[in-house]
Amino acid sequence: MSSSDSNKPSPEVMLAFYRRLYPFKSLFTWLNHDHVPSKLFTQREIAFSLPGDVYIRYNSFNTADELKKQVCQLNPTRFEIGPIYSARPRDRKTLRAGTLTPILRELVFDIDMTDYDPVRTCCSGADICKRCWVFISAAVRVMDSALREEFGYEKLLWVYSGRRGIHLWISDKEAMGLTDQQRKAVVGFLTVVQGGKESSKKLNIRNGGKLPPSLAKAMEYLKTVFGALILSDQECFQSKEGYEELLKAIPDSRVVDALRTKWEASPSRPSEDKWADLHRHNLMVALEDIIFNYTYPRLDIEVSKHRNHLLKAPFCIHPSTGRVCVPLDLDMIEKFDPKEVPTVQQLLEELDNLSKVQDPSAPREHHSDWEKTSLKPYIDILDRHAQSLVGETRKDNRSKPVSTSPRPLSVILDMGL
Amino acid sequence: MFKGGQSTSNDYGSFQVENFGTLKYPFTLNFYDEPPTFDVTIEDFETSALDRLRILAEIESSAARNRSWEETKQVTSAQCSKYLPLSPTMTKSLERDAQRRRDHLSHFVLRLAFCRSEDLRRRFVKAETTLFKIRYDEDIATEREAFLNSRDFNWIPVDPNEALSVDKDYRKSEKYYKVKWTRVPDLVEKRKVVLKGGWAYVPSRELSSIVFQEFEVRLEKALETTARLLPRLDEDTRIVPILDNLSQGFLSGISSDWANNSGQTNSDELKAEQIDDLAKKHFPLCMRTLHSTLQRDHHLKYAGRQQYGLFLKVLGLSIEESVAFWRKSFSGFTDDQFNKKYKYNIRHHYGLEGKRVNYPARSCMQLLMDSGASDHGCPYRTYSPENLQTALLSAYSPLGLRQSDLGEVMAAVNTKHFHVACTRVYEITHASNGVSKGQGLGNGESVTHPNEYAAKSMELLKSSEAMVVDS
Ligand SMILES: [Zn+2]
Repeated sequence: MSSSDSNKPSPEVMLAFYRRLYPFKSLFTWLNHDHVPSKLFTQREIAFSLPGDVYIRYNSFNTADELKKQVCQLNPTRFEIGPIYSARPRDRKTLRAGTLTPILRELVFDIDMTDYDPVRTCCSGADICKRCWVFISAAVRVMDSALREEFGYEKLLWVYSGRRGIHLWISDKEAMGLTDQQRKAVVGFLTVVQGGKESSKKLNIRNGGKLPPSLAKAMEYLKTVFGALILSDQECFQSKEGYEELLKAIPDSRVVDALRTKWEASPSRPSEDKWADLHRHNLMVALEDIIFNYTYPRLDIEVSKHRNHLLKAPFCIHPSTGRVCVPLDLDMIEKFDPKEVPTVQQLLEELDNLSKVQDPSAPREHHSDWEKTSLKPYIDILDRHAQSLVGETRKDNRSKPVSTSPRPLSVILDMGL
Repeated sequence: MFKGGQSTSNDYGSFQVENFGTLKYPFTLNFYDEPPTFDVTIEDFETSALDRLRILAEIESSAARNRSWEETKQVTSAQCSKYLPLSPTMTKSLERDAQRRRDHLSHFVLRLAFCRSEDLRRRFVKAETTLFKIRYDEDIATEREAFLNSRDFNWIPVDPNEALSVDKDYRKSEKYYKVKWTRVPDLVEKRKVVLKGGWAYVPSRELSSIVFQEFEVRLEKALETTARLLPRLDEDTRIVPILDNLSQGFLSGISSDWANNSGQTNSDELKAEQIDDLAKKHFPLCMRTLHSTLQRDHHLKYAGRQQYGLFLKVLGLSIEESVAFWRKSFSGFTDDQFNKKYKYNIRHHYGLEGKRVNYPARSCMQLLMDSGASDHGCPYRTYSPENLQTALLSAYSPLGLRQSDLGEVMAAVNTKHFHVACTRVYEITHASNGVSKGQGLGNGESVTHPNEYAAKSMELLKSSEAMVVDS
């Protein structure tokens, strides 16, 4: 199935989805870190996208039910989650100027397949298949490991974006409180390759000729991915265009000339053999750079750098594919097939079939409708994750010391002017 | 700044009698934890702040001019020794404590002036942190050491086994300290530290990063607190105008009054810092509005940049000053963004890029034909009558334009005699220089080129100033 717009869900379908299937309770608990509404939810910006490019910002809600009610009323094509502000965003018109500032926000990342266009051969543009998903799953492994081991974060939620990418939401307390400067630092630490740039770029990542420990570790892993993905599957260096790009990364022009002559003579020489040809020369650094350039995560850095960036909520429907943006378990990341994600139409069909076999006189409970559909395993993932956040909040509350408020600055007023 | 140099154990020893701990200001370096609680005169309040402002303005301008760290240090130190000298602890200067008191006071006055908007806070923190770094760099090693020992920076020494476990290339010759990674974002961003479990392992040669970050974060927080407390201050009618004046001065580089008082350097060469002042006194409305938009939004669209950039070039702004001016005006952009997106554009105006044509500035005729959007072109033509009147009053009432003058100006606009309207505004706003109705730019000439307008206006001011001196 191509990613044409044939699966564009109608407004009726969207409304039925919001009414009967969307897991507002789970979303609430995840954002709120608790069952009792706190400012993590009530001062959180929610933005709605309506058909015709209408975008409504600065909404906020007190409860999950309030949010659901508004969503069903507006029937947006999707909605996005923003930061927690210093006050309720919906009150902003009555606040003194400058007092509505973002204070907390999950640390978020966005990896989009289009940034991999220069290095994938199976698809391009908006398309994605199981083969190029391997780029994403490799990126997820590298990011997940770095964020847990180097930065010490634990509350990571990976969410398929519904079409050709993946989002990461980190809800650890420290991550929520990061300033823009600190977010930029994480991004800098994790950025090696800039999306869309040519893949033969020489990388400036070594200190004193050595890879820093975090990148050395990533290299160990990416080496294992490179052979299967870049050489056997994608055959990135099969075509003339592909191997010329590869040759650009080789600093020694004599080696380049020799290889080019050899490869021109046998046009069908597979990528794996060409790679082996390179290995006969002493090109350690260049080869590492190539592996990074072809397989290291390509981040959409603007998304991560600012506290007030809005990102599509999990379980929204991608407007052109009709697929649900589902959370993913790290264990299934390699096996994940974007084409097997349920579409909204499919889910509603499942519901209809259910009501046919069910006793029509039995009371209908909308809240648990999703229990009987193929959406359930994904909602379970979010619920488990949200539950662990709630546990964390409880633990914090128990061990909280009596708070001492900082001494206010007695400014120059006391200077006896 | 400090001519301390290498201190011999002898002069150091002779000073040991004075206990650092009992001094009111034991170090030249100061984290400004406590507000001053001593009495000051309103004059000290203002002049110390102005002096500090001169230094901070120089630091901002260094950044806008892409000065290297060494150059910035040199220029700033020169300003410091002129306006806010600080003697090292080991010198037996009588003024030492008074200097430090002044440093303390001026810092806190400027906090009050600059806590009032996010933009000002951000710029103040940046400039103050740079000042701190420069003083830190130039401080005498033993005194810097003493300062560091006087505070708890909460860095945890790492034993060699642990260091080896996070970095197999760890060298025993270097000591490591660990802190939460969030305290050294600059080192993390450049991968200059090894991270593990949220801890950053900082080699001793990078420890100053922690100090600077600590200074910056504390100042940011303190400014936010001050901003919340500030409304209480509004009652003191003596202070508020001073604070307003100070923040205005910072916004325009440094206020013209102060720049003039300190003696105009190379009066012929136009400096980026002067543009704001010139715009208010000498620019025609088309350029005046572009200038205000630029100062307000920290951005101008392409057509506006083109129009204003070429005008400034002909006005006499060199390519270096021009880059400095635009860099400073586009304050919301990173150096990288600015260099990539806009620097080329500016150099292009000067014929240094692209076709390498030395483009002339646009004449009134060209601006009138360029009547597409209202954000550039001739405002007498593109603005609605209401907006035009508001713009005229806000731009020129300080130069003498009154509500009652508008009828005449608008009458010319309504009959589409835009030159006439602009010329009349010139006459009214230069009446104090002796220009009367009908004289235009001189000999009854009307405005045909924005640069002509500005040049005549500046000339007029110069000659009337010369007359004052002569008499
Ligand atoms: Zn594919």
